Amino acid sequence: MKIGIVCPYEWDVPGGVQQHIRDLAEALIGLGHQVSVIAPADDDTPLEPFVVPAGRAVPVPYNGSVGRVAFGFLSAGRVRRWINEGGFDVLHVHEPAAPSLGILACWAADGPIVGTFHASYQKSRLVSVTAPILQSALEKITGRIAVSEAARKTLVEHLGGDAVLIPNGVATERYAMADPLPGWKGRTDGEDGARDGSGGALGFLGRMDEPRKGLPVLLRAFEILGRERPGLRLLLAGPGDASDVRAKVSPELRDRVVILGMVSEEDKVRAYHSVDVFVAPNLGGESFGIVLAEAMSAGAPILASDIEAFDRVLLGGRAGALFPVGDHEALAAAAGELLDDPARRKQLSAEARAAVRRYDWSAVARDVLRVYETVALDGTGVVESGLGA
Amino acid sequence: MAGTMLYDWIIDVLFWVAVAFLLAVYVSWRATRLDRLHVRVETARAALDAALVRRAAVALELAASRLLDPATSLVLATAAHEARTADAESREFAESDLSRALRAVVDQPDFADTLKAKDDGQLVLDELGGAAAKVVYARRFYNDAVAQARTARRKMLIRVLPLAGRAPLPDFFEIDDDPPLALRG
Repeated sequence: MKIGIVCPYEWDVPGGVQQHIRDLAEALIGLGHQVSVIAPADDDTPLEPFVVPAGRAVPVPYNGSVGRVAFGFLSAGRVRRWINEGGFDVLHVHEPAAPSLGILACWAADGPIVGTFHASYQKSRLVSVTAPILQSALEKITGRIAVSEAARKTLVEHLGGDAVLIPNGVATERYAMADPLPGWKGRTDGEDGARDGSGGALGFLGRMDEPRKGLPVLLRAFEILGRERPGLRLLLAGPGDASDVRAKVSPELRDRVVILGMVSEEDKVRAYHSVDVFVAPNLGGESFGIVLAEAMSAGAPILASDIEAFDRVLLGGRAGALFPVGDHEALAAAAGELLDDPARRKQLSAEARAAVRRYDWSAVARDVLRVYETVALDGTGVVESGLGA
Repeated sequence: MAGTMLYDWIIDVLFWVAVAFLLAVYVSWRATRLDRLHVRVETARAALDAALVRRAAVALELAASRLLDPATSLVLATAAHEARTADAESREFAESDLSRALRAVVDQPDFADTLKAKDDGQLVLDELGGAAAKVVYARRFYNDAVAQARTARRKMLIRVLPLAGRAPLPDFFEIDDDPPLALRG
């Protein structure tokens, strides 16, 4: 298929939407499709070969922050020419309600248009002055995608209409390989798993001050495990007050609880590779668990609470061990078994890497392609719209 | 005196001509918009019908493939046939039944793994997964288009003036289209 993708925000500024489009475009190209992305960018910015610059981005206040977007006659002309010359089978507009290239593309094109909604917000964008402008653009979109339940809810409540849910992918290969953090041995495949005091490590990543992430359950389990296994350490990463956490640990175990706090993306990947068992003790409220998917991509042996979302992602325990949610004694027992069983850890690691592939960008691209095929059924393709239509 | 009255009269006429013109532009804009919404509903309906036909065809193909035991084949073939031949009134029930039949068949323990091990098994499963997902997408897009068209039709102006022509008020298409668990993700 020939696919034209419209990015509303400046291409070479880091951002969730830009990253999403880059990952999606690369996955689609990998599947053998022709992709062209138009995005706000200076003409002299070095760009990937599939990106077309639409002109300099201008910072404007939008959705509670400053968006770097492009609009005006120059950009409108470039979008129109890009559509006219592109001969696309389908046009894919991201964040079409943003005052940028997306809305320009909707004006300039007729035919199958897919829109992906990323943002979620509380306040309605559809006020009486903007409603007719937005409406005539949004009504041209034949298939709508929301990247999260929150984004879908925003769409339903504030813009009207509904969307299918296709969540972001996980760039699994970004997590696949990394060195352990300095001072950590990394995953020990040998027999030295912890009981003799030589090491072993459990890991946790997530908000430490958010009870639903379940850190207190893990800390209570470590009170048991830490006493049984004098070499075992606990590695904690994520936002939250370190001294609050430390206060919950018995004094004799405190020096074996290492708190990293907020970590860089790179250190996060290394953290997944530093521990023998990655623990996800969440109490609920997870729809998917991006952290779990990242740990799976890294091939970390996982021990997770048996909430519905985790049970599904871990294939009912095949791609990671499960324990009854909130039960710190069960957690301690299950973690102990895993620490003593390197063969089982190795098997869980391999199963996790295999199971996470269904959340990879290639799987997301497949679902997005199905949407393209649904709306582009009659094969007329995208054509330039008459002026004023 | 007479000159001023004539002048006033011309101003009045011009004013009302301008009002009538603007009104006409507005009404025509609303009519164009409504027409566009109706076209969108029709296109979405065609896509939905195609997706449903495709799903039934893949189900029949699987039933006829000799990859399955005869009882399973029968369940699938019956449901797919019912869905294909249902009249407008029972269509939604028949398509829901096909969804349920597909779930009952594909979500049997080890069904997917057994099928994958056979020649072409993976291929058929992928096709079925794609066909079932496209029904979900197409139905969502269709109902979305219907909702917007219905909202536009409810507006005062369009109820007073016959702008919608003879186009019937489009209906939502409500079915159970949950795909089998083994084909999700």
